[in-house]
Amino acid sequence: MSEGTVAKKQKLSVPFDYDKYLRPKKLPHIWCPGCGHGIVLKALLRAIEASGLNKDDICMVSGIGCSSRTPGYVDFNTMHSLHGRAFAFATGIKFAKPNMKVIVITGDGDALAIGGNHFIHTCRRNIDLTVLVYTNAIYGMTGGQYSPTTPLGDIATTSRYGNIEPPFDACKMAEAAGASFVARGTAYHTLELEKTILEAIKHKGTSVVDIIDACPTYYGRMNKYKSATHMMEVIEKDGTVSVKQADKLPPEKLEGKLLRGVLYKTDRPEYCEQYATQVMGKATGK
Amino acid sequence: MATNTAMKKQTGLTGNSAIAIAMKQINPDVCPAYPITPSTAIIEDFSSYVADGDVDTELITVESEHSAMSACIGAAAAGARVMTATSSQGLALMWEMLYIASGMRLPIVITNVNRALSAPINIHCDHSDSMGARDAGWVQLYSETVQEAYDNLIMAVRIAENEKVLLPVMVCLDGFITSHAIENITLLDKAEVQSFIGEYKPERSLLDIDHPSTFGAMTLQDAYMTFKHQQSEAMTRAKDVVSSVSAEFAKKFGRNYGLIDAYRLEDAEIAIVILNSAAGTTKVVVDELRKQGKKAGMLRLRLFRPLPHKEIADALKNCKAVAVLDRADSMNDFGGPLFNEVRSALYDGETRPKVISRIYGLGGRDYKIKDATDVFDELSAAVKTGKTDTLTKYITL
Ligand SMILES: Cc1ncc(C[n+]2csc(CCOP(=O)(O)OP(=O)(O)O)c2C)c(N)n1
Ligand code: SF4
Repeated sequence: MSEGTVAKKQKLSVPFDYDKYLRPKKLPHIWCPGCGHGIVLKALLRAIEASGLNKDDICMVSGIGCSSRTPGYVDFNTMHSLHGRAFAFATGIKFAKPNMKVIVITGDGDALAIGGNHFIHTCRRNIDLTVLVYTNAIYGMTGGQYSPTTPLGDIATTSRYGNIEPPFDACKMAEAAGASFVARGTAYHTLELEKTILEAIKHKGTSVVDIIDACPTYYGRMNKYKSATHMMEVIEKDGTVSVKQADKLPPEKLEGKLLRGVLYKTDRPEYCEQYATQVMGKATGK
Repeated sequence: MATNTAMKKQTGLTGNSAIAIAMKQINPDVCPAYPITPSTAIIEDFSSYVADGDVDTELITVESEHSAMSACIGAAAAGARVMTATSSQGLALMWEMLYIASGMRLPIVITNVNRALSAPINIHCDHSDSMGARDAGWVQLYSETVQEAYDNLIMAVRIAENEKVLLPVMVCLDGFITSHAIENITLLDKAEVQSFIGEYKPERSLLDIDHPSTFGAMTLQDAYMTFKHQQSEAMTRAKDVVSSVSAEFAKKFGRNYGLIDAYRLEDAEIAIVILNSAAGTTKVVVDELRKQGKKAGMLRLRLFRPLPHKEIADALKNCKAVAVLDRADSMNDFGGPLFNEVRSALYDGETRPKVISRIYGLGGRDYKIKDATDVFDELSAAVKTGKTDTLTKYITL
């Protein structure tokens, strides 16, 4: 999708107009060959199309990182904010414009390290934001430092002898913190990811989708993956199990695997609505 | 001995690699770090030194610069020699803690690789990051070259830890221009560095349980101002300490740095005042103008905090027109930060030159020979007519 010509070719084979959502002058994108971020963008655009949302009613907010470069390439209302702060910026936007569909694009470092505090408080408030966490287990943009999702023992420029910090599970954290929709997808399972993102967009409340994707340039090379596709097969395909299948599998088959699909969904009062009724309603006597 | 040293160890290094080597030779006790362009490579190199057992440093890879500076403060209060490196938003995120570090009088040393501040996001050089921290109570040293950045960092340890100072020190160098370009540099031996900086013996520390101490405790109208006064006096004293440490460095290693770098200013009528790498370009233009018989000069501040105001006034005292070039804007409709301070330093002079503010090179915009030449042309015209065009203006637009 990096070049106009590629986008045109896709238009011929797939009945989908990507150009409608892209800013062609901003392409080609910065992502390395084999990076998962572009695949996620494709799934996201298709999910947005399927949602029927008007693109002018969408605001996409990101922090800083390779993944956070996404809003630069898409033709929505967009804001590229600060490392770790996308949630706080998005909260302000949603509060001012509750009818806007606000989508947060963030990396695992952005969301869970420097922005970890904002992440949990966003979930706790259950404000209506769609949050896509691009989990590639590394800080891609700054050259391969370990992140809060780097598996134990793995190599990064900052963990030459193997990472000794236990990783976060973004989904468990989101659920524990109070998000009312929690799901996981991978760049490998593209169609499934598209559906999951669509469901997240439709949900009212904080919807977190943890998306496992690959950084072949840093994480891949340092951890001896042969190629981007090899990473996708090992980490995304073999390393995950769909929640639907998981029920049918014996526990030993699930060991060490991450669950995919919608992991948690509940109805919980949404923050902006609560504010309108419980606070403003009372304050103004209506 | 100095020349022998120079001949022996000349090598080509980027600013970041040179800083990392200085850190290796200093061998701090603790280095909390979080990566940010363009300073990332410093910690990247340094983490290899840690991994290879070349240093005894505990490298703590924290989750943000807020945590990095907090951990620096904790470690320094515990009595450790502490260093880190950052840039731009990283320094901005440390801002709250910068004041804690200086207020607690902790001799932390950091490298700030100068980079523009967001928004819009930009990764290239300007000085808005360190200028934003200019009132945070940190000694600030600026470096024209890779060599100077390396030397400054080694001297910074001595300056910070001097008992008359006990203030944190920030060594600044230009992002990409100095951090990523390879220049010739002469390295010292680790033993030379170690003997120059000496062992760090904190006067008081949290781990000195025989002399319990408290850091940052609540002080109200009774004592807060006294602490600030002491801090302010320490900053005043820092100037002489920078001079004496630099003199000792020159004597030992043959490289001589003043508080300011006055270039062909003795009889200069027109001058540019500038920081960091852009001084190089400016000197080339000064030389060219001198060939044409024009009395041009340049003043570069190596020390910006504390401000060597007497030295500035003295260096510029014969000038008729001066342009202060800022790579940061104070957004005050009254010129950049360096301009305002330099102009103020000149106020008490017997003959005050005309002083104008020119903002250049924001977000990595090039500053070229022609830009400096144009500024000097403006200054020449001002000398002739006795009038300046506009007080403040953006150049290199
Ligand atoms: C306050 C601050 N500190 C550090 C940085 C430097 N920085 C930019 S992106 C990044 C990490 C990005 O990692 P992640 O969020 O996982 O995204 P990825 O690049 O892997 O997609 C860092 C440390 C910054 N921009 N701002
Ligand atoms: S560095 Fe990694 S995360 Fe960044 S674009 Fe390249 S592959 Fe993707």
